Amino acid sequence: MSIDGCGAPEQGAPLPASVDVEKETVITGVVSAEGGPVAGAYVRLLDSSGEFTAEVVTSPAGEFRFFAAPGTWTLRALSRAGNGDATVAADRGINNVAVSVGA
Amino acid sequence: MSRDSVLVTADWAEKNLGADKVVFVEVDEDTTAYDGGHIPGAIKINWSTELQDQVRRDMVNKEQFEALLSAKGIANDDTVVLYGGNNNWFAAYAYWYFKLYGHEQVQLLDGGRKKWELDGRPYTKDVPQRPATNYVAKDQDLAIRAFRDDIVPSIGSHNLVDVRSPDEYAGRLAAPAHLPQEQAQRNGHIPTAISVPWSKAANEDGTFKSNEELKALYVAAGIDDDKPTVVYCRIGERSSHSWFALRELLGYSDVRNYDGSWTEYGSLIGVPIALGDEPGQA
Repeated sequence: MSIDGCGAPEQGAPLPASVDVEKETVITGVVSAEGGPVAGAYVRLLDSSGEFTAEVVTSPAGEFRFFAAPGTWTLRALSRAGNGDATVAADRGINNVAVSVGA
Repeated sequence: MSRDSVLVTADWAEKNLGADKVVFVEVDEDTTAYDGGHIPGAIKINWSTELQDQVRRDMVNKEQFEALLSAKGIANDDTVVLYGGNNNWFAAYAYWYFKLYGHEQVQLLDGGRKKWELDGRPYTKDVPQRPATNYVAKDQDLAIRAFRDDIVPSIGSHNLVDVRSPDEYAGRLAAPAHLPQEQAQRNGHIPTAISVPWSKAANEDGTFKSNEELKALYVAAGIDDDKPTVVYCRIGERSSHSWFALRELLGYSDVRNYDGSWTEYGSLIGVPIALGDEPGQA
């Protein structure tokens, strides 16, 4: 990806072939409410001190994805269906985490 | 400078949709977001293809900027209200850009797309047609832009503010965590730079914190009021957000945005770099 390639990547798409899951720590999952997956939710990745690291908008299927580093992270979702948090202890490779939101 | 003159609320914006001489402009990190729905009447500027020279790594020059705004139908006496996703990062970058080229009336929509969406305000897919104008830009106001060669001499004499995340500052990550790891040849930060992540200037819904909260934030971080300030991040967009907070909201007079930022500095041969959570020595 070039310097200009900073556009937020499509969240539901398969991982680009250039991403080496042996090296990357991918944190991915779905935001859901009582009615099912929540599209257009704002998901932020907070580090172990609670500091903001990144934010993405979920795909139509409610999916999000971050490229982080091994360690403990918090996911914080804001949406019209409500807000919610989840924590994950991430290792290299794919780390799946579900985030539930509610009023 | 009053906060109201540079920052408008979503309520104000919704009441002023379609107002004469007010142009809403979406500038988004995700350049496709506009196409899926945008504020009624808003036009789009693509930061990647329209605000970057497509050959050299640089901003577009004065003539290119004039051609762009003329084609978009933006006149010199229009009030431009900028907004976008990702907490207005790229909208703030565009704000800095408009200021750099001397646009008189430019404002940010507080909270950008996120606040607008969480509030449940209206979106449309209709793309407005605006007649072309004959826009005339001024020469770049270099009082608000810092360059590569300004940086090393400023170590120890200026407030250097690194607004990336703590892990990028320390060198544990090379890029924001929604992007695959990539970029500059070396990780770390400019020695003596203080770490004030851009996100500390914003509330969770993307709006800016109050002036009192912002002032307390930067004072606590160690900004010296008597020194000029340079802000940087990775490619100059998050630092535009903090530049806006420091100069436009708090009124610090000498604040420059280093748009080359870490992707440039971290690839230079021979410049000093500090690793870890401390600013390091000059």
